[in-house]
Amino acid sequence: MDPAMHDKRQWPLFEVFIRARGGLDHKHVGSLHASDARMAIDHARDLYTRRQEGVSIWVVRSTDITASEPEEAEALFEPARDKIYRHPTFYDIPDEVKTL
Amino acid sequence: MSASATNVAQLLFRYVLRVGDLSLVLGQRLGEWVGHAPVLEEDLGLANIALDLIGQARLLLAYAGELEGRGRGEDEIAFLREQGEYLNPTLVELPNGDFGETIVRQVLIDAFQLELFERLTNSADEQLSAIAAKAVKETRYHLRYSSDWLVRLGDGTAESRARVQSALERLWPYTVELFEEDELDREMADCGIAPRLGEVRAAWSKRIEEVLAEATLERPRERAYAWFGKRGEHSEHLGYILAEMQYLQRAYPGARW
Repeated sequence: MDPAMHDKRQWPLFEVFIRARGGLDHKHVGSLHASDARMAIDHARDLYTRRQEGVSIWVVRSTDITASEPEEAEALFEPARDKIYRHPTFYDIPDEVKTL
Repeated sequence: MSASATNVAQLLFRYVLRVGDLSLVLGQRLGEWVGHAPVLEEDLGLANIALDLIGQARLLLAYAGELEGRGRGEDEIAFLREQGEYLNPTLVELPNGDFGETIVRQVLIDAFQLELFERLTNSADEQLSAIAAKAVKETRYHLRYSSDWLVRLGDGTAESRARVQSALERLWPYTVELFEEDELDREMADCGIAPRLGEVRAAWSKRIEEVLAEATLERPRERAYAWFGKRGEHSEHLGYILAEMQYLQRAYPGARW
């Protein structure tokens, strides 16, 4: 069963992402209930940008997010643990380069 | 200051009160929803609009105090006037009713404020024009919020549609007052300070027409109207609002946070 539909009196859940400033990524800030996406934007504006937290809002139905299963964590993430050569830590960085 | 300049300042004082009292009283009314709205998200939505309105009232009443030139600040003007000195239109002092009725009133007023503030940004009075420039952005959002809701409720279930249609019939006659031009409105328009209300009405009417069409609601027929809130003649409801709003300042004069 669609978990958002278990109670018809409750509006569906939306996840909210806010871009704090131009050039930054949208960051997940929380979730809220709304009847549709436009209302979710309005609610997100009222709930999460009251103190000038953002310049752009994304909302997405929580049910539209596919998450990795906690049981699969081992299979998904363990194999990366012993592959330290994937970190770019073996390069000599010239002193002149400040922003790396 | 010449005699006529003093006269204009006094007229402007009354006009600014008129605009400011609308925001003040409506903000106070909407604030009653806090803790009572249908869902938490709407509670915050309405409170946000109420706070915007109180913010507009602060700027306008502080400016009115300057114009009056008797040393009264925004708090004294907001909290220590008598009922007959408030110049808000009657519509904003009416009780909230159900959520649908609050939304209907909000659409009617938001559209009015939007048309008014848009034109006041071109006011010959710089201060008023600056306040309007700030308020117009807030009001655009207020109208988006309220008209979205009116469309949802009007084009919703039979129950929600019946409720907002009947609220619309009840509140409609009170909109006449918004556009009834009196001497003060005329004087301000002649000085280039305020827009002609006939022009505001035409723009408002068009906007409301569009929202009602989308909400599948019927525009009520025009009926005779006899309320004069903006001249200081109020319904019985304003007294209750003022009793609650002014209690603290009157019981503890000069009280501060």
